[in-house]
Amino acid sequence: MSSQDIPEENLPAAQDTAHGALGVADEKNPFADPGLPPHEHRVQDIDERAAKRSERTVALLFTVSMLATIGFIASFVAIPIDKVVYVFPLGHIGALNLALGVTLGIALFTIGAGAVHWGRTLMSDEELTDERHPIEASPEVRTKVMDDFRQGAKESAIGRRKLIRNTMFGALTLVPLSGVVLLRDLGPLPEDKLRHTAWSRGKLLINQNTNEPMRPSDIITGSLTFAQPEGLDPHDHGFNNEIAKAALMIVRIQPDEIKDKRALEWSHEGILAYSKICTHVGCPISLYEQQTHHALCPCHQSTFDLSDGAKVIFGPAGHALPQLRIGVNDEGYLEALGDFDEPVGPAFWERG
Amino acid sequence: MSTNTSTDSRSRGKAPAGERVADWADGRLGIYSLAKANMRKIFPDHWSFMLGEICLYSFIIIILTGVYLTLFFHPSMNEVVYHGSYVPMQGQLMSEAYASTLDISFDVRGGLLIRQIHHWAAVIFLAGMFVHMMRVFFTGAFRKPREINWLFGFLLFVLGMFTGFTGYSLPDDLLSGTGVRFTQGAILSVPIVGTYISMFLFGGEFPGTDFVARFYSIHILLLPGIMLGLVVAHLILVFYHKHTQFAGAGRTNKNVVGMPLLPVYMAKAGGFFFLVFGFTALISGLVTINPIWNLGPYRPDWVSTGAQPDWYMGFAEGLVRAMPGWEINFWGHTLVLGVFIPLVLFGLFLAFIALYPFIESWITGDKREHHILDRPRNAPTRTGIGVAWVTAYLIMLIGGGNDIVATHFDLSINAVTWFVRIGFFVGPVVAFIITKRICLGLQRRDKEKVLHGRESGIIKRLPHGEFIEVHEPLSQEQMYTLTAHEQYKPVEIGPEVDENGVERKVKGSEKLRAKLSEAYYGEESQIPKPTVEEYKEITSGHGHH
Repeated sequence: MSSQDIPEENLPAAQDTAHGALGVADEKNPFADPGLPPHEHRVQDIDERAAKRSERTVALLFTVSMLATIGFIASFVAIPIDKVVYVFPLGHIGALNLALGVTLGIALFTIGAGAVHWGRTLMSDEELTDERHPIEASPEVRTKVMDDFRQGAKESAIGRRKLIRNTMFGALTLVPLSGVVLLRDLGPLPEDKLRHTAWSRGKLLINQNTNEPMRPSDIITGSLTFAQPEGLDPHDHGFNNEIAKAALMIVRIQPDEIKDKRALEWSHEGILAYSKICTHVGCPISLYEQQTHHALCPCHQSTFDLSDGAKVIFGPAGHALPQLRIGVNDEGYLEALGDFDEPVGPAFWERG
Repeated sequence: MSTNTSTDSRSRGKAPAGERVADWADGRLGIYSLAKANMRKIFPDHWSFMLGEICLYSFIIIILTGVYLTLFFHPSMNEVVYHGSYVPMQGQLMSEAYASTLDISFDVRGGLLIRQIHHWAAVIFLAGMFVHMMRVFFTGAFRKPREINWLFGFLLFVLGMFTGFTGYSLPDDLLSGTGVRFTQGAILSVPIVGTYISMFLFGGEFPGTDFVARFYSIHILLLPGIMLGLVVAHLILVFYHKHTQFAGAGRTNKNVVGMPLLPVYMAKAGGFFFLVFGFTALISGLVTINPIWNLGPYRPDWVSTGAQPDWYMGFAEGLVRAMPGWEINFWGHTLVLGVFIPLVLFGLFLAFIALYPFIESWITGDKREHHILDRPRNAPTRTGIGVAWVTAYLIMLIGGGNDIVATHFDLSINAVTWFVRIGFFVGPVVAFIITKRICLGLQRRDKEKVLHGRESGIIKRLPHGEFIEVHEPLSQEQMYTLTAHEQYKPVEIGPEVDENGVERKVKGSEKLRAKLSEAYYGEESQIPKPTVEEYKEITSGHGHH
């Protein structure tokens, strides 16, 4: 609508065209459209031998395609699925996949190459012209359509019988709600699910490599150990949901190198247990640099200083890794002294 | 009665079988009227017009191979112990989805090839759409009457991204699972409803046991169904609008010059389908893509280094990686800006390109149909904006692979990340300025060529000793082609006081438009094209060089 106030002179001037004057140089306007240039013949148009050569090339390509398809079927039947061959520079690769891919590729490609070569060399390459017609309807058509619409609307009385119109709109607005309601059971409500993990007071820390509980002496300074709560079995239903929150990183740092006071308090003899789940978007953090005590998430490179309460020192994560308070039970095994005191993993609206 | 008055050849015997079938079909479908308009429909020729074909053909390839894959894939997250023929994974606990993907790769003959073609074709499809959109953008093919088709194409690009994402998430391998976790973490960042969307999408907490089945129906039915409809609509509009063409002798805004659909275009385009399919099959046989057997099954506490999404998700990944970790806590709530801002930027960044045709037509105020393509140099501001957009996109792509860049080029990951953070803002500006300068330079060169002719490379020595280079005048065809483009004049606001001395209120939008128009079409943004007078003055007199 805002276009109405635009003066015509801001649009470019129409191009001068000398249409129909084919190839005639225009003395008055050297920039005028000279019209389509005359068609130039290809060698195939004038030399039948060249055309024959093109024909043979196309036929050869189609023949190669037929042979390649036979090769595909033969490979499918003859090559065992587990056969591995060495092909330079691809390395050791599955023979069947290679043979099928190459034969199918050739069978298809040569059909295409043949058809394109046929089209380019033997079919007429004389350019033709089509006229364009405006997309917009003529004013008469427009008037007719508008009249028809008005007539139809009038006959339906939708404008006059407002009660019908309004209740219809009401019904049509409400009826999709059924569909929306049906989506309710796609999942449970969040409630406080993201706030709790499988950890609780007294749960032993199980080394994920050995599947055994750990004594403080098992953890040497500078090492990185992954742990999970006792009683969590990969074969259990719901294991993935639990491990997605409960996975731990255990490191041991000389107590005098631990800068954060609370982190030191929650550790045991310099053994610190941090959530393994990155607070950015939830990747498991798995890279540890023992000299600097930095842990790096391999997904988005958030870097945490495990000697300083796992604070973020680089990257896109927004807050420190939650720490699990640990101690040693009567038998000398490392145990949790409770659940994490804040939600693990990515931040969310209700986290606070 | 029409059969009685048929021609001699027909009365002598029955029409050929093909004709009889066509007659039968015409009586029921009216195919002759359709064919009359379309069988010899003209298609202009230019290499860049085949980019859209690559997209269409790879889409067909994806559907064909995808249907095959559904015959073998089990979209289930039930945990099973693997007993198939791939030795390194035997005895491992994994989801049925992952196990059946291993089966497709190692126990179904040709299954691996089809999987590879499916994935390669998806990568080509998205790359094809990206380049095809650049072609349409930089040549101004999105102008009236094709704005809606631009939107259809844009939607195909966005839906293609999400179809690709849901597709490569299905095998439930360690890499794709990490990608899904990333998505879930990003969803959690949405204020107020984030946790709800996450719970509803995953049927509870992450990862749950539902997402493969849900992604499966989204990937094979919902999104491709919508896309198929859009592809058909896109093609119908291409046919209906007729193809655009570049300016040239005999090519006007009112005609379309090229080859007829039958036979030339059919042979070339039909053949091109086989070329694309054959090429995809070849690389699928030669180059492995997504070797899920190397990655292992997904477990939420496991990860591998160098995790990368498919390339078309890379710029979203880059936004997330480059963003500083801002978090605002207030009244017991957390605003996770460090993740939510990238999520919003991702949308805005794409939306800008979707809306661009409407922005430009608002600035020009031009409501005419355009069927002649612009050369990118003749629309310097638009070209500059496009290159700036692509620059931002590529910088974010680097950001999405900052770890790969750092390890491959022996750089500090922190330095790469800071480069991306700064480059995202500076890069597009620099790219815009440079692009515009190059466009203006090319316009000057075109003008020079028209007025003074082509440099022939022949040096001539005149009798008095002067050396000159001989310039050959251009043909009228060339001169027409180089001067056929239109040049807008900037919109002016007009007098603020009318002839009766009444002050007119100038709206803010009008001022903005005038400013933008000046930026697009002002003196600094285009070189006035040569006029006939200039040309005559130079050629009639002493202007021999």
